[in-house]
Amino acid sequence: MIRILLAGQGGQGVLSAGKMLAESGLWEGKEVSYLPAYGPEMRGGTANCSVIISDEEIASPLCNNPDVLIAMNGPSFHKFAPRVRSGGIVIVNGSLSDCYAGRDDISVYDIAANDIAMQAGDIRSANNVILGALCQITHIVKDKSIINCLNEKFVGKPALMEINARAFELGKAAVESGGER
Amino acid sequence: MSKILLHGTEAICEGAIRNGCRAFFGYPITPQNEVPEYMSAVMPKIGGVFVQAESEVAAINMVYGAGGAGVRAMTSSSSPGISLKQEGISYIACARIPCVVVNIMRAGPGLGGILPAQGDYFQATKGGGHGDYHLLVLAPSSVQEACDFTYRAFDLADKYRVPVMILADGMIGQLMEPVELPPMRALSDIPKKDWATDGGYGENRRVLNSLIIKPEELEPHVNEMQRTYDEIAANEKMCEKFMTDDAEIVITAYGTVARICKSAAKTLRKQGIKAGVIRPITLYPFPSEAYEEAANGAKAFLTVELSLGQMVEDVRLSVNGKKPVYFYGRTGGNVMDEEEIVQAAKDALAKAELAKEV
Repeated sequence: MIRILLAGQGGQGVLSAGKMLAESGLWEGKEVSYLPAYGPEMRGGTANCSVIISDEEIASPLCNNPDVLIAMNGPSFHKFAPRVRSGGIVIVNGSLSDCYAGRDDISVYDIAANDIAMQAGDIRSANNVILGALCQITHIVKDKSIINCLNEKFVGKPALMEINARAFELGKAAVESGGER
Repeated sequence: MSKILLHGTEAICEGAIRNGCRAFFGYPITPQNEVPEYMSAVMPKIGGVFVQAESEVAAINMVYGAGGAGVRAMTSSSSPGISLKQEGISYIACARIPCVVVNIMRAGPGLGGILPAQGDYFQATKGGGHGDYHLLVLAPSSVQEACDFTYRAFDLADKYRVPVMILADGMIGQLMEPVELPPMRALSDIPKKDWATDGGYGENRRVLNSLIIKPEELEPHVNEMQRTYDEIAANEKMCEKFMTDDAEIVITAYGTVARICKSAAKTLRKQGIKAGVIRPITLYPFPSEAYEEAANGAKAFLTVELSLGQMVEDVRLSVNGKKPVYFYGRTGGNVMDEEEIVQAAKDALAKAELAKEV
């Protein structure tokens, strides 16, 4: 079982990325749960969601001490990094955050998601860059499942499909080229 | 059929629609707005009725009317909105009209907050409105159950001619999980109602009313209602037992909290403490027998709620003094984590041990 907390600013695709992950897990026949935090937020406020992917029935859908944290900006990195389980993984959007967690029992991956997304063709694909990195690091779901889910969402928009696929691949490559700090 | 990923609120709607619900009346309130949103999209397409009423009071009275005409009708709201509906619910119960009321509980009292809570247990199970009546109350703890229980709620409501409540916390509303949807039921498959005021000209006159002014008529009517509640209690009690057979500490909770308790029970077992969980599925009628049985082997009970202690009273009544019953709760929209429950269970065992020595 893996518990993933995705956090960032409203509009960065945090909830979409979480949903995509859960759907990919479902595709592979795994047990999944997706719990968005639904505070009284407005546009530009904070957004976060918990995704659990498991081979067994999921008891608690909560994710207070995640195995993996995806932080799309500085404030969410500093808010949630202390909560990551010891030995856990943090993937931080290096374009919008430093990567100093103040603890050495977790692995922090610095992925400049916004820059890479612009390189892929659209800054809005930053969440897919991070999903690429996540798959490369944890292999929690197969690349193909994520790509299939993405294509399902963007059916009839081949240009966007291509950008998303590129963003995903660049995210994977960013891990390979030494994202870990 | 394969599973799809659905929000709890959407699952509730699908459960209703697939068991013949063709009338929905609602008024917006967080965290259940996805229910009316979904219904407003689907109802017109399947020949159903969707009305966003001018208030909660109007919505419940529209359910009164539609249900009286024999249509499977539903309304949904969240805690403060459900309070506003209480007068209508009492009328519906007295007029013996089947319907389904969904309460996605938020933190109270008052307008409170929008985060998950379970503070409406008393209101749901002890009669939030006036007079001698009860709702049959079902508490789902997963998105699949949110769908299945809503589906079932319509059959129960029709069978006993009572309003049925789906009592879920805000987490169920927002949670997304895989769901296997039941097949769409044909309306012709739903039993005819020989009491409904559905315009049967030339037939015997049918009246549905909640004003029964003569005491010699009201008493038998209320007694008849009570007989129905007794019948429901005999037939419909449901609960889930999780590792209770050899449990020394029995943790009990309903809804999503029960899932956190199950995680806690597993952790406790790993630490060598035999823990089990009883999860009531019907909150009214309360599955008291499960507690009576567990009281024989257990050293102590721990009730866990997102309130300051409501269901714990029913647990104490069921355990009936045989074993100590302790309580752990959070409010205000905060949800306890597994560690808090593990600690509370250990504390409960220690307290029970101490109480024995005194």
